[in-house]
Amino acid sequence: MKTHAQEFSESARQYTADLRHRDWIQQALSGYYAKRDECKSRFQNWAGARELAAEIKREAINHLDRYLDEFASKLEARGTKVFWAPDAQAARDYIVGVARQHRVRSIIKSKSMTAEEIHLNEALEKNGFKVVESDMGEYIVQLRQEPPYHIVFPAMHLTRQQISGLFHDRLGSEPTNNPEDLTMIARHIMRRKYCEADMGISGANFAIAETGMISITENEGNARLTTSLPKVHVALVGIEKVLPKLSDLALFLPMLATAGAGQPITCYNTLYGGPRQPDEPDGPEEFHAVLLDNRRTELLADAEQRDALHCIRCGACLNVCPIFKNVGGHSYGTTYQGPIGSVITPHLRGLQDWKHLSQASSLCGACTETCPVKIDLHHHLLRNRRNAVRGHPGRREKLLQAGFVFMMRRPKLYQFVARAGRRLQPLQRLIRGTIFDPLRAWTQTRSFPSLAKKSFRELWRERRIP
Amino acid sequence: MTNREVILGRIREALKIVAPPPVYRQGGMKPSALPGSPQQWLPPVGPTLDERIELFSRNAADLQAEFHICANVGEAVQYVKHWMIVDGWRKIGRHSGELTDAVAPALGLAEVRTEDGYALNDLESCDAALTECEALVAQTGSVLVSAPSAGGRALSVLPPHHVVLARQHQMAPDLGAALERMQEKYKDKFPSFLSFISGPSRTGDIERILVLGAHGPKKLTILLLP
Repeated sequence: MKTHAQEFSESARQYTADLRHRDWIQQALSGYYAKRDECKSRFQNWAGARELAAEIKREAINHLDRYLDEFASKLEARGTKVFWAPDAQAARDYIVGVARQHRVRSIIKSKSMTAEEIHLNEALEKNGFKVVESDMGEYIVQLRQEPPYHIVFPAMHLTRQQISGLFHDRLGSEPTNNPEDLTMIARHIMRRKYCEADMGISGANFAIAETGMISITENEGNARLTTSLPKVHVALVGIEKVLPKLSDLALFLPMLATAGAGQPITCYNTLYGGPRQPDEPDGPEEFHAVLLDNRRTELLADAEQRDALHCIRCGACLNVCPIFKNVGGHSYGTTYQGPIGSVITPHLRGLQDWKHLSQASSLCGACTETCPVKIDLHHHLLRNRRNAVRGHPGRREKLLQAGFVFMMRRPKLYQFVARAGRRLQPLQRLIRGTIFDPLRAWTQTRSFPSLAKKSFRELWRERRIP
Repeated sequence: MTNREVILGRIREALKIVAPPPVYRQGGMKPSALPGSPQQWLPPVGPTLDERIELFSRNAADLQAEFHICANVGEAVQYVKHWMIVDGWRKIGRHSGELTDAVAPALGLAEVRTEDGYALNDLESCDAALTECEALVAQTGSVLVSAPSAGGRALSVLPPHHVVLARQHQMAPDLGAALERMQEKYKDKFPSFLSFISGPSRTGDIERILVLGAHGPKKLTILLLP
């Protein structure tokens, strides 16, 4: 079986060679850059907003026990059933249990990366429950039976022709190249699903400790319908989503919209504090909030990288990452792609299996610069590299390092090797890129600079004795 | 041990190690005047009501929502009747409220009222929804609705055209001020549902091209009464 590193490397090589794909992603993102910058410029001071947002998340994450406890207690006081899930299995079992208990026939779901993380749909379907994704992009990738390409734009890799073909094949609709017509096809199908569904599943963008509410950000209205019509609502909430105060949303909602999609504010920002209350006309009879750990506490225990839990899943770091734009979202093989995915996946799914993602970076720092909550992303990639080597040093690297140290301690040997290198380099041209080339990994796709004709030592000697 | 204790225990154990100061505070960088309060950094909002209405109007237009200032209930009725005729409404959904009760009877249409419960298909087949709201937000052009102020959860999202009737005193400068009003009004007896609505429902999931009316209303009309 191939390792995750091999799969990544093969897929990355294919995508990188696909110039059409690269053009497509670049074009899709260019509109985002312009709108994002326009939205940022409306702020009195985006830098100040970022620092405040970072401080608020820092407070929340570094006192997570207190805020999470407050959040859960406040929710329970209003009749919400709170389930604490130590791992993915516990969360899946609980949600399947709720579906069984209510004998549900159909489930409607709004977008949730946390649900992708625990493979919730597969678990429900294995137990005989049909789940329909209601977010347009998620619905499209669900029909294609593939994972989301991007945490915010799940279907950004597809053209309208591909989507039209998909709808024609799977839904029997007439082919059309009009995005509005395609959207309406999905809208009509989904309307029936909302009315039939007896259970709605959502994620959460923020969990407000002060008032015991979850906040869901969306543009389409699908999450609002998912949480309004069915008689049971289950929200899956990662424990890191906590914000201390209700007023914190005044900052986070516009920032999430700006960084995530280049919008001044997302169309619907909705707060849910419980099931339908006695004096309210509608809403679910039962509201379950599933609080998911699933190794987030292990990341929390790494004090150096704890700020990775500040992440609000806006996807801004993916959008600016030169690696993401070349290898594409599917190459990562992870729930969370791009720089943030490369930082947290080794913590959530095992460092040794996912350490290769720490190399999926040019260390340019564009991710760190754009992050609205100031996560030190590219330095965390370096820390993951260091930790991976510490835990499991490779024999080849060890040998190379030892050889290097041996040489550097012996000036005569160093001079000899440097001189030999200069002499031998012309010969390297003959074998460049072939299996005999010791520098093959580099020279296959890049040129190797030629060594200077004279060493520093030689130049020094020449100039000192005129 | 309950799951709650297990997870809180893990968190407390993890937090025993204190996190290093953030990078932007390290290396002898002088502590700046940051971070302050959100109002300092967010887009500016003028101090007077007129400026706020003007800003709201601009933001609503950007969001492709329709916004009108009405001198009285009669004028609001005219705007609603316009859409009734243009789109050929036959049935509307609404809830009972001071403004909705004043406007709806003048339309003479069949009605689905949500306050005492309703049949889902009945509401789904309405041509428009008429609701009130908790607040308007100048900074973002948003309408804040809640279960009690807008006839529950579904009324403001299910029909294809949402018409909001608001009063001038409901204009809040920003999201923070709107939320503060909710905290003052409800204390700890919050409705189970609060939503900031910013323009009609939309999606950009197909080639990042904006399409209105993805799952919710295609049209949003906001009528501001004195």
